[in-house]
Amino acid sequence: MDRMPRWADIVLVPLINLVLAFFVSGLVVLSIGENPVEAMQIMLRGSVGSATAWGYTLFHATNFIFTGLAVAVAFHARMFNIGGEGQALVGGLGAALVALSVPWPHWALALPATILGAALFGAAWAAIPAWLQARRGSHIVITTIMFNFIAAALLVYLLVNVIKVPGSMAPETARFPEGAHLPSAHDMLGWIGIPYSKSPPVNISFLLAILASVGVWALIWRTRLGFAIRAFGHSEPAAVYAGISPTRIIMAAMLISGGLAGLMAVNTVVGEGERLVIDHVQGAGFVGIAVALMGRSHPFGVFLAAVLFGMLYQGGVELQFEMPAVSREMILVIQALVILFTGALDNMVRIPMENLFLGLRRRRKGKA
Amino acid sequence: MTFMKTCLGAMAALAMGAVGAVAEPALIFDLGGKFDKSFNEAAFNGAKRWGDETGESYREIELQSEAQREQALRRFADGGSNPIVMTGFAFASAVENVAPDFPDTKFVIIDMVVDQPNVRSVVFAEHQGSYLVGKMAAMASESGTVGFIGGMDIPLIRKFACGFVQGVKSVTPDATVIQNMTGTTPAAWNDPVKGAELTRAQVSQGADVVYHAAGGTGVGVLQAAADEGILGIGVDSNQNYLHPGSVLTSMLKRVDVAVYNAFAAGPDVETGIHVLDLSNDGVGVAVDEHNQALVSDEMMAAVEDAKAKIISGDVAVHDYMSNNECPVK
Repeated sequence: MDRMPRWADIVLVPLINLVLAFFVSGLVVLSIGENPVEAMQIMLRGSVGSATAWGYTLFHATNFIFTGLAVAVAFHARMFNIGGEGQALVGGLGAALVALSVPWPHWALALPATILGAALFGAAWAAIPAWLQARRGSHIVITTIMFNFIAAALLVYLLVNVIKVPGSMAPETARFPEGAHLPSAHDMLGWIGIPYSKSPPVNISFLLAILASVGVWALIWRTRLGFAIRAFGHSEPAAVYAGISPTRIIMAAMLISGGLAGLMAVNTVVGEGERLVIDHVQGAGFVGIAVALMGRSHPFGVFLAAVLFGMLYQGGVELQFEMPAVSREMILVIQALVILFTGALDNMVRIPMENLFLGLRRRRKGKA
Repeated sequence: MTFMKTCLGAMAALAMGAVGAVAEPALIFDLGGKFDKSFNEAAFNGAKRWGDETGESYREIELQSEAQREQALRRFADGGSNPIVMTGFAFASAVENVAPDFPDTKFVIIDMVVDQPNVRSVVFAEHQGSYLVGKMAAMASESGTVGFIGGMDIPLIRKFACGFVQGVKSVTPDATVIQNMTGTTPAAWNDPVKGAELTRAQVSQGADVVYHAAGGTGVGVLQAAADEGILGIGVDSNQNYLHPGSVLTSMLKRVDVAVYNAFAAGPDVETGIHVLDLSNDGVGVAVDEHNQALVSDEMMAAVEDAKAKIISGDVAVHDYMSNNECPVK
């Protein structure tokens, strides 16, 4: 390649982005009269400083792995799936319907069933924008983002009018049957004799997320479909010339993407909440975009970026507990800054860095 | 493996040991936000009063989203906070889940009954207080049309509405009460813009006194009422000062007392159901220098009379939540 070395591409640029984001966040913390260094320490201690903290961090990371992979898969076909939020919401509906419809005897049966429910519903929600893009040329960015709102409205309608527990005031479904409770880290570590706190919501879905990462890697780089997706993403005319059907690729990539986003619900709805509430996604669908960008759409990169964002989220919650002066709006600002710098402003650092490396190389060549 | 085990075990023990030295009480605010000038702010004032009087500290957090409830509860319980007070019915399923895991921690939930041995459930007789402000609204109204704006459409808020309508009709039997709810999700507690729009709509239908039970949304209701030159009625906290001369009164729901009592009792807080009503000043109407000019002696006399009769049982105000029905519209 004629740009910059690989290590700079996947390590240096995200790192500089992150440092910039934290610097600006530090200014924000400073502006409300708190010590940014102390805030940073609280965030670090709260997210990775203890086994319990890791439990929360990995719980958030699980969400981001799924939504990040969803964006990454679609991105390999040059489809920008902004609809992870809606697909995960609808995936939650699928998981909840499956979990509530049968009195599950054991989680080992409930887990694959809810996985299927969540993935199918998520994929179905992605299918409509995908079809509109493939057949009608409606831009996927516009349709997927609109489908987020439709999903949110649909969920509110169903939770308020249809699947709410009669007589209850809160818009949420009944608690899932005992047999549908997924093993938490407390249970799983208990099997091998390690004592662990009951509180962190991290559960077996984290292992599922790792499996999904490996699966996506295999799909993209080791299968014929993955090759077709990448070929289509690099050049549509070339792919068509090679006999690849654009409709098929768009549909396949978006269905897989939607399914992955839907899988997030296995973590939040089945694993943690054990019931469906309004907005179980909490913006993870959008964070997934930043995660995929930061991870350069590679499953391993997505995994690392997701853990980083998990730290950021858990650290943010912790900051709110420890520093009452930092309000919930302030946390949102800090999280948004990181997403802004690593996601949206990626090119702000990337292009100067590319030029720098290009200049260095030219000079070296000139000398030789 | 063994090394890992020891390490993880030690880390877990460290995490547990680092905190939990003192039993500070904790307060969790619902989505309306700490400074909603209403329900959550009343809770905050109670906590603050306790803090000022005892000089001790407490912990607090404002929730960001629906899904954080359980994490907040567990975080405080793990940290050794006791008791943990939460404002709002929406915590019910979260606390039902968390309370059994922390049998030595006391939880206090406001506005909801949760049947667990270590939970205190504080409920208010909002229908009684709403009845009183309904009487005042009817006496202040010249058009014979008054309005009610609720936050989220739930039985609890219909209880406010039902008490209010009963109060209005007890003075003017043929009065019209326009009722609107802001929404059906918890976001309806914090939507002042929509609150203001609903108020204007009610004014255009002839309402000249508007009562809100909408948390942070009510800020918009009272603002619009003041802008339109009609009277608003505040709720939960004393909101008379927000627009002096334009707020007829406020239906006080002493959430602050509930929080203060729980904090003062500390880890020994009594569990079970606690009802705060007119007889123990758990609800009432606010009269201060900001609304004195609006409240006539006649009005005050009617309120005092009704209050005495409700306490003595001569007047029974129907509680919507007893059968999910309201006898008057």
